[in-house]
Amino acid sequence: MPYLALDTSTDHLSLALATDSGIRVRDWHVGQKHAELTLPCVAELLNECGVTLDQLAGIVFAAGPGSFTGLRIGCGIAQGLAFSRDLPVQGISTLEALAEASGHDRVYCCLDARMNQVYAAAYVRTESGWQEHCAPVVCNPEDVPLPDSDDWFGCGSGFRVFPDALAARLAPHLNGSDATLAATAGSMLALALPRFAAGKGLPAAEAQLVYLRDKVALKTSERG
Amino acid sequence: MLVLGIESSCDETGVALYDTSAGLLAHQLHSQIAMHAEYGGVVPELASRDHIRRVLPLTTACLADAGRTLTDIDAIAYTAGPGLSGALLVGASVANALAFALKKPTIAVHHLEGHLLSPLLADPAPEFPFVALLVSGGHTQLMAVHGVGRYELLGETVDDAAGEAFDKSAKLLGLGYPGGPALSKLAESGDPARFTLPRPMLHSADLDFSFSGLKTAVLNLVKAQDNLDEQTRADICAAFQEAIVEVISKKCIKAMKQTGLNRLVIAGGVGANRQLRDGLNDACSKRGWQVFYPPLHLCTDNGAMIAFAGAQRLKFAQTAGSFAVQPRWDLASLPAT
Repeated sequence: MPYLALDTSTDHLSLALATDSGIRVRDWHVGQKHAELTLPCVAELLNECGVTLDQLAGIVFAAGPGSFTGLRIGCGIAQGLAFSRDLPVQGISTLEALAEASGHDRVYCCLDARMNQVYAAAYVRTESGWQEHCAPVVCNPEDVPLPDSDDWFGCGSGFRVFPDALAARLAPHLNGSDATLAATAGSMLALALPRFAAGKGLPAAEAQLVYLRDKVALKTSERG
Repeated sequence: MLVLGIESSCDETGVALYDTSAGLLAHQLHSQIAMHAEYGGVVPELASRDHIRRVLPLTTACLADAGRTLTDIDAIAYTAGPGLSGALLVGASVANALAFALKKPTIAVHHLEGHLLSPLLADPAPEFPFVALLVSGGHTQLMAVHGVGRYELLGETVDDAAGEAFDKSAKLLGLGYPGGPALSKLAESGDPARFTLPRPMLHSADLDFSFSGLKTAVLNLVKAQDNLDEQTRADICAAFQEAIVEVISKKCIKAMKQTGLNRLVIAGGVGANRQLRDGLNDACSKRGWQVFYPPLHLCTDNGAMIAFAGAQRLKFAQTAGSFAVQPRWDLASLPAT
């Protein structure tokens, strides 16, 4: 059964389609043009693979963290597509998808969160999937959570934007790092497929995003 | 033709189903006012986060209310602007994806056109042409409306919108956010003659408005009071409301005379204000003019006006080719029908 995944949480548009013959991943650098380009690109990918919307069994979207507006465009489009056919959806963590994309088993994921902060989490690959070793947080790069063991592979845009602060904090715990690694819709799909098989999809209306940065404004009572 | 309308331009998520022969079949609205109240104003990011949680549940409820299914829908209209860009993108994303999947056209609706045409959802509905006063928290405009897409701007506010003046004055009086309705309520027990507030631009030759000076006058009045007790606050509210209603009424009369039209249409949230309605009703009935309002529940932002405006555009096959939102969008740039 075909499944479609879309990630609009970065300045790339990443799409993936799982069919019986494997997972096809397409990636475009679109800047901030996700709104205009996602649906035409979905049509192109479906067309290339000879799959119609009617054949899809579920839709995957990037659940965050990432660009707030980008996440909502992807989630909104996933919701609209899924709602039209009463398909289940799954939101996949961009941090966990980065771990999956890394090819390593003990992964320290760190994404640029703008405003001089990062999103960070650490995952260990187990037989039943990825296990959180450090839960996802948004924080200053010098305050990222410390794993209580060594031999972690660091990856993600955080290591490109804050190389010194992260090295100072994490170097003793890392066995290497790759700042160019990024999650793709393909790694999201790889994580989602066994969960769909286990019946873990949600109705489109229940799709949830995880922003991590939840304090976006001061309440009147908090202002000086 | 059955049109699904989705509104998400600011702090209200609205979804509706309008049928070109049977009329409005269903409309659902979720207001975020309570959520933003703690922040003293609309927080755009929080507005967007809430919209995306609401659009589909409201759509499901509309379909159930109307006894229709998605496959009955002929077109999907959504607010493409003006408004908060992140908020607009939520409605636009869901609308475009749904239309893509259902292989139906989308209609990118101008939010103000939605408001302008919303009185046509009332019974009796006004016929074209008419003078429209669009008065809300974000807009204060007078327009001559000759038909769908044929709008002539007669005058507008040069600073704050009327609804903004209500909310800001209410805040100065400690009435919370958004305090416009609370201000009107308190004005009922006030004496409008105790204080005199200015009527900005009342005698200007044009049809423009200005409300920021009125708000400043309220600020100065509040500061000058030794004892801002309940009665004093009520008296200030009454004086404020009387001033704003007088300015709006006079400008409407001037617009009617200037255009020679005899139908006045009021749209937007402030159009729900009782004293304003009484003032306009009096002024118009004296002169033999008709005045029309949208149904009271459609004065705020809502999906019904978007579905309705979309249906008018659909009649002329004015559908959107591609996915676009326009946070700033001039009403005069819309195509005529």
